[in-house]
Parts: sequence; structure tokens; C-alpha cells
Amino acid sequence: MLDIRNLHATVADKPILKGISLSVPAGEVHAIMGPNGSGKSTLGYVLSGRPGYEVTEGSATFDGKDLLALEPHERAAAGLFLGFQYPVEIPGVSSLQFLRESLNSQRRSRGEPELSGGEFIKLAREQAALLGMDVDMLKRPVNVGFSGGEKKRAEMVQMGIMNPKFAILDETDSGLDIDALRAVGAGINRIMRAPDKGVLLITHYQRLLDYVTPDKVHVLNAGRIVRSGGPELAHELEREGYAEAAA
Amino acid sequence: MTAPFPTRKQEEWRYADLDALKPVWEQFAEPLTLTIGAGDSFEDVWVPTGDDVQVKRMSIALGAGAKARLFVLNTASVYGRIELQVSLEADANFELFAANIGDGQSTNEIVTNVRHIGERGRSRQVVRSVLGGKAVGSYLGKVEVARGAQQTDGEQSVKAMLLNRGATANCKPELEIFADDVKCAHGASVGELDETQMFYAQSRGLDPASARALLLEGFVMGLWDNVADEAQREAICAAARGALRRVA
Repeated sequence: MLDIRNLHATVADKPILKGISLSVPAGEVHAIMGPNGSGKSTLGYVLSGRPGYEVTEGSATFDGKDLLALEPHERAAAGLFLGFQYPVEIPGVSSLQFLRESLNSQRRSRGEPELSGGEFIKLAREQAALLGMDVDMLKRPVNVGFSGGEKKRAEMVQMGIMNPKFAILDETDSGLDIDALRAVGAGINRIMRAPDKGVLLITHYQRLLDYVTPDKVHVLNAGRIVRSGGPELAHELEREGYAEAAA
Repeated sequence: MTAPFPTRKQEEWRYADLDALKPVWEQFAEPLTLTIGAGDSFEDVWVPTGDDVQVKRMSIALGAGAKARLFVLNTASVYGRIELQVSLEADANFELFAANIGDGQSTNEIVTNVRHIGERGRSRQVVRSVLGGKAVGSYLGKVEVARGAQQTDGEQSVKAMLLNRGATANCKPELEIFADDVKCAHGASVGELDETQMFYAQSRGLDPASARALLLEGFVMGLWDNVADEAQREAICAAARGALRRVA
């Protein structure tokens, strides 16, 4: 599904990713763990096409398509979703308007019919309720005045509405209390655990993996994957720390 | 007898397009006057007419405890000028929520002079400009607080967004205060669209042009959330949406 080969990338001419190879088949959840500054977020941004993150070598294909040749909005239309570590505030634009225009823009480019106002509200209400969020929160400007935890929940509501094929979730667990963590974990399983979907879960900690069991765990250090293993690797990291496990 | 034609040496006409004004000056030489009696309220929404040159000059006198609230969209293709002279007696309240939207070679300006004469008056001016092409958008706002107009609360918030290198924003809040117990806040900023917001919107599936339009809409539309009349709010928002589509 997602195939990354020998990926090198720079930010402001500084090499951050130094040859990452990784393959996530349909139906699997892979966790990327690693210390601060190892390149985890950069990998998420490179795959979703953020300006300023330059690929210097290697390739990334998504369902056989050259992902790196697509603009960010084309990647979204192809079914890719990035859950932001720091969800962005957009004053003056309600979440409902933002999400409806985004979803319909995706649907147009896929040749699918657009959702009417009524259809969209119904979808938004369902998805918000599944994450324990009142749909009224989505009438407010995008992420404005939300707490850290509410922003992360709202990202999951967005993911539920977009219903992507593949999600890259960048530290979706940071800033969450136990209840929110459980709700977000359940949300990821419900929305993304399917035979035709895949997830790349970027995280520092084991705790989200208690709710979303990964098929594989990769340890990123200094821009390279230094170890890969099953879910037990995450427990080992938690016990021994990155320095030991990566050695 | 018509009032003399202004010159650029006069501060309040400094950025005006006097060539565009000249042929139509006679109609606008005398400002309209409006008096809001003690305790009365006035609210109006000014939607552009579509003329190349649009000028509105109004002098508003607010009696004790009177309220006036104006929602304005200034977007003429050649020259738009909104000029307000406002005086506030004790406990009066004046609010202006206005936008300049311009592209091409247009000049759009909002020029205000708000005079707090009585005590405890409150004035609030919020102005947003979105400028593309070689457009000029200006806000010249003077707040005067007379001797004895204690506990005046005056606020000016001015922000401009420049979409092209050739566009110009002039923001000039000005205060003249002769009382010692007053609050006069003012803020001005000129910027470009936020790259992080742009990327966030694109990552959700909006193409760059749609993302830009949505962000600009957010920047401007918040001004008119409190228009009481639903149809008027729709009218000003629709006009702004059309103007933003031309500019973005």
C-alpha cells in the first residue's frame, strides 16, 4: 500500500532523513518510534508534501502511484490523511465549512458526487458523537479555543469524516488524558482498522499502542530505521529506552 | 457654494485618488449628517454599489447613551472612500466593522475621526484589508478624547493582508487625548497568508486557490457575525465573497 524506498530528505538544506525504507501493506498498522529529533515528524510531512521539506533521493509510492509527484491536496484526494502533532487554528472559518469544502473538493477530484449540506451535517454529527464531541464544537472556528486534547479529538473527527485509505498520525497521543487517549485509540481502530486501509502511527510512547496494537514497530534514529520488530519491541523500548534498544 | 476641492496636503486626503474624485466631487462635497438622539440606536450595513468610484462621507452625532453600529464593505474598482466624523456624548457607543478589498490599481480607504466629548463613551473600530495587484488600501483613524471625557474606552484594531508585492496597505491609528482616565487600545498589522494554515487546508484536500480563498474569507467575514438582519448579513458577505474571488 505505502512503499518507501531509500528516502532522503532535507529541511533548510539540512539532511534529516537519510535513507528510509519501509513498506506498509494494506490492513496493517505500523508504529514509528524514536527519540526527539530523529526525523519522525519530518517523515510525516515529507509523505504529505509540506513545502520546505525536500526529497533529495529515493521514492515513495502509494497504491502504485508516485506519491512524491503529487501536490498535498492531490495526496489527500488519493486517500492520504495526516493527523497533525499541533493541529492548526483557522480563525473566522467554522470547522463544518472547512471540512465540508475539503471533503467535497476531494470527492470532486475523485469523480464522486458532492455531499449536500444536510448529508454533510449528518455525517459530521455521527463522527463527532463517536468521539464524544458535540457537533456544536464544529460550528466554532477551526481549532480556535480548543484545549490540546480537544484538538487531537477534533483531528480524529476530521479523519472519521474524510474516511481516508491511509493515515499518518503524528503524535496524536501527546497531550491526552487517559479518557481521551482511550477515545482516540478506539477512533483509530474503528476508522482505520480495515483490510484495505493502513496506518503509520508516529509516537514517543508505548501507551497509545496499548489501545492500537501495531503489526510492526520501527525505531527511527538520526534519520534511519535502526530496528524493526513486532509489538513486543515497543515494550522493550519502554523498558530500556531508545539508547539501549537502538544500540 | 461647494466646499473647496481637497488637496493631498490635508492629512485625511493624503492617500486619496483625487483624479478619480474630481469629476464627482460636487455630489460629495457636503458630508451627510445624522443625529442619533439620546438613548436611541442606529445600525446600518453598507454594501458596495458596483460603481467605479464610490464615496460615502457621513457625520454622525451620538447623543447621551446613543448607539451606532456600522458594517461596511469598501471595494470600488477605482476609488472607494468611507469617511466618518463621529461625536459621542456621555455613555454613547460607536462601533465600526469594515473591510477594504481591492485589486488592480484601485484605491480604497476608510478615514475616521471619532470624538469622545462626554464621559464613559465607548468606540470600537475593526478594519480588515485584503489587497492584491497594485491596490492601495488605507485606514486613517483618529480618536480624540476631549478634556473631561473621562473613562472613555476607545479601541482600534487594524489588520491588512497583502497578496502581491505591488499592493500597499496604509494603517494609521492616531490618538489625541486630553483626559487622564481613559483606555485607548490600538493595534495594527500587515501580513501575508500563514503558510502553516495553507498547508493544513491543502492537506485536507483543498487546492491552493480554494485554500487561499477560504483563509481570506475567514480573515474578513468574522467582521459581520453580529449584523442583526440576516438578509443584510448575507448581502454583505456575498459581496465580500465575490470581491475576494476577484482578488485571490
